Order: sequence, then structure tokens, then C-alpha cells
Amino acid sequence: MKGQRLGWAPYALLLPSLAFLAVFFAAPMVQAFGLAFQNDAGNWSLESWRTMFADAQFREALVTTLVLIVILIPVQFVLAMAMALVINARLKWSGFWLYIYAIPLGISELAAGIIWFVIFTQQGWLNSILQGLGILDRPYIFLNYQNPAWLIFAVVLAEAWRATSIIMIILVAGLQGIPRDFFEAADVFGATSWQKVRRVILPMLRPSVQVALILRTILAFQAFAVVIALAGGGLTVLSSEAYRWYSDYRNSHVAAAYAGFILMLSVVSTVLFLWLLPVREEQQG
Amino acid sequence: MTSIARDLPAAPRADREAVAARQARARRRLLGRGLLYAAAVLLALWVLFPIYLITITAFSPRDAVYDYPKQLIPGTFSAETMRFFVDAEGVLGALWNSVLVAVVTLIFSTLIGAPAGYALARFAFRGRDAFRLIVLSTRAFPIVILSIPLAVSFIEWGIYDTVWSVALMHTALALPFTVLITSSIFISVPRDLEEAALTLGCTPATAFVKVVLPLALPGLAAASIFTFVLSWNEVFAAVILTLRERTLPALVLAALNQSPVPFRLAAGWFMLAPSLIFIFVIRRYLLGLWGRVSR
Repeated sequence: MKGQRLGWAPYALLLPSLAFLAVFFAAPMVQAFGLAFQNDAGNWSLESWRTMFADAQFREALVTTLVLIVILIPVQFVLAMAMALVINARLKWSGFWLYIYAIPLGISELAAGIIWFVIFTQQGWLNSILQGLGILDRPYIFLNYQNPAWLIFAVVLAEAWRATSIIMIILVAGLQGIPRDFFEAADVFGATSWQKVRRVILPMLRPSVQVALILRTILAFQAFAVVIALAGGGLTVLSSEAYRWYSDYRNSHVAAAYAGFILMLSVVSTVLFLWLLPVREEQQG
Repeated sequence: MTSIARDLPAAPRADREAVAARQARARRRLLGRGLLYAAAVLLALWVLFPIYLITITAFSPRDAVYDYPKQLIPGTFSAETMRFFVDAEGVLGALWNSVLVAVVTLIFSTLIGAPAGYALARFAFRGRDAFRLIVLSTRAFPIVILSIPLAVSFIEWGIYDTVWSVALMHTALALPFTVLITSSIFISVPRDLEEAALTLGCTPATAFVKVVLPLALPGLAAASIFTFVLSWNEVFAAVILTLRERTLPALVLAALNQSPVPFRLAAGWFMLAPSLIFIFVIRRYLLGLWGRVSR
């Protein structure tokens, strides 16, 4: 439709979005940096950053966040890939399987945290089942402040349960983009299923994997409600520190420094994935 | 494929070997199929079992919530725990706020985002790629970094702690998705139909309303449901931007560590239930919505 008389039309249609994003996205972003790099008097300073780095909770929050991500992302990828391959195998009722696997897509972090709290709590399901099987003879306190390993394990399970579906959907969409001929060609050459995954699917899926990794990691840096629901104050992550500084200490400067730090980590991880998993031009969708 | 080997003339022994090999392959395929179904069922159980557990616990009587060890087959059904939650202070108000915020978010993001999606789908114009890039890149920015400065601004503007402030924030989160999703929906509406309408004397506006919109409507509805769920579930911004006018997740989160187990249980179930229905309604669109947007 180039050179039409309505040459201004697309711009008019974009205008509301651009204006809204300018006011509610770009402006707050700039303000966030202003907040993080200014003190209460409104002078430029690194005070909030110094406060953040010196805070006793900072190190713990950073380490927990990173540990969670390092464990979670591979676990989720294996799970999501298994789900995607099952969907792609075109079993009977493939729509049914897809729906089941996609259910957690609509479940919030908080709800997932509560669900797994009910499982892990002292009078909860895990203890009931383990005792029923004779593995435990009395309930074990999994969610214990003195036991960060179990707290992290519970958070990892809850997050793997909730947030795998988004990766699964991206991978299934990617799988459907692989021409069927490729699989048939692999069959002709007598490829085993494992070889098909390794040599056909993974290389062809690279753009989807990259997108899913980036998206999931950015979201994982913001994990928040699930940690509070499962661990209470027993574990802290970067986002809950930002929340604590804003709500409990009424210090939006340090909270903004935390937010800025999370943003920085998100950008670094995105660049890292783009660099580690380069996608060739012709593979871009 | 295998049929080529079958059709070739071959010595009898080689033929027998080929048959044996084919049978072995068929057996292996059957076994593979069986394993796939087993995997499908296992993965489905992994998703469904926790939902089953919270459901039977949430619908047991209030004192049975503390029962130990718990029984996998539920005893008495009771809405007592749920009623306790709904009657708790602030819950109904928060529920209403959540619905309001989600509806306002849905309306805002559709009204603002869909035109941009249409522009991306239908026009080739300078700056198109730049705009797409801007929209895509917004996903890299965490909610955390938006909420805190927006809270400061909303206090200045006098709309802090209202349904509007949360809805505006959620619209900012949902808008990029809305733009990308609606653009892929409009792309799937054949342009020929629209052009036919134009040559038959429709103005661009009536062509859009009479031809494009009816065809795009199911997709747009699915996209709106997705936006609704996004807002319904969001908790960080909601808890930062409100004090008294809490949404349901914000209320539950703020009270979580002081609240009794039945309250948490019912709250968890209450937040979970709508998503089961919503994902069911839009299940056909999931791949289209997410798959295409993620590219």
C-alpha cells in the first residue's frame, strides 16, 4: 500500500501506543535512574548504591537469585523440551495434552507459591505421602529458616511447575516451523530418536531456544511472590529486597538501585545468550 | 522411505532379512509410541497433581485443613474454608478491585494497542521496523524498575492507591503484547477481502468495521482474555502501587505471612481457578498468541 493517499495513517495509528509508552514506560525508566543516582536532597550521588552493596541482605539476595536461575533454567528446559516433543509427536488428543501442559501459563507466581506451600508445609502433602510410604516416621519440617537448601528446592519446584509452560509453548511453535521433510529425511538415513533431537531438532530450534532462554531468565530475575509464599523471610531475592526497601523502609532510592541492578543483570544475561547462541540471519522468523 | 527398498528386486535371503529388519523397526516404533504416551501421562500428572491437592484441601472443612497425615481421597466436601476466605476482611473489595483493574487494563490496552497492531500488519511505512524493535525491547525491562518510579509519580498526580494507577501500570506491561498479538491477528485476515470492500465503495473505516473486525474478533477476544489473565495475576506492581485499594494478589501477598493456613489455601485456589477456565477458552489460540509473538 505504499504511496497511498493515506500516508499519514500508520503514524496516526501508532501515536497512541507511542505516547502511552513514552509516559508510562520511557519516563519511569529515566526516573528510575534519577531515583537510583540521587539522594533525598535531590543531588547526584552514589549513596543508594553504596547502601545497597553494603546491605547485609544484598549478598544473600544476589546469591539466591543466581543459584535459583542456574538450577531452574536447565531443569525447565529439559521439562519443556520433553513436553514439546510429546506434543510434536502428534499423539492422540494432542490438543488435550497441549491444554494440560499450558494450564500453568495462567497461574500466578503467588498462587503457585501457595500451592507448593500446601505441599511442603509441615502438615502438608509431601510429609503425608512420605509417611504413608514409610519413608518418614514423623513429619519433617522442610520449610525451615535454618534449611535454605530445602527452601531453594521448594522454590525451584514451584517455579519449574509454573513457568515451564511458557517455554514449552515457544518450543512447540518453533517445532511446528520445522519442515516435516527433515524428520522424514532423518528416518530414511536411519536416525535414532536421540539423533533426531540432537542433530535436527536442536539446531533448527535455536531461534526459539534463544528467545525462550532470554525471556525466561529475565522473568526469573524478577521472581518474588513465589519466594515469599514458600520461604517467608527465610530466603531473599533481589526483587523482594526492592520491595522491602520501598514498602518497609520507605526508601525509593535504594529500591530503585535494586531495580536498576536487576535491569543490569537482565541486560547482561540477554547479551550473553545472544552471544552464546548466535542465530544466523536466515533462521530469524 | 522403506517402500523403495521393498520394491527393489532382491535375492530371497536379503528379502527375508529386510522383512525381519522391518518388523524390528515396527516393534521399536510401537515401543517408542508406548514410551511417548507414558511420558505424556507422566508430564500431565506433574501439572495436574498439585492442582488436585490444593483443590481437595481447599474444599475440606476448616479444621480438616490441619489434619495430618492427609488423605489423597477426599473425605467430606465443604465450602467452609472458601467461605472463611471470602468473608475475611477486605477480600471481597480486593476481588472487585482485581476485576476492575483487569477490565480497565483490557480496555486500555486494546484501544491503544490494536490500532498500532493494525498499522504494523497492513502498512509498509518508514519507521516500521524501528517501532517493532521498540515494542519488542520493552520486554527486557523488569516490572520492578517501572513500579517504583511510577509509584512516586502517581503520588504526585494524586492517583496513588487507586484502581486507575494499577490499571495504567498493567496497561504499560500488556501493551507490547497487545500490539504484537493484534498485529499477527490482523495479518491473518486476508488483505484481498479488505481491498475488495474498498473497491466496492467502502471507506477504509467501514471496510475495517464490516470486513476486518468480524474476522479478527475471535483472535482479539483471545488476546483480551490473555491480557485479563496477565493483569489478574500481576502482584509486584499491584502491591507497590496500593495500600488500601488492594487487588486480590496484593492483598494476599501483603497479609500472607500473618495469615492462617486456611486463608492461604483458599486464596491460592481462588487465584488459580479462573486461569484454568481462561486457558481452556483460549487453548486454540495459545500457540498463535505466544508462538508468533515470541519470534
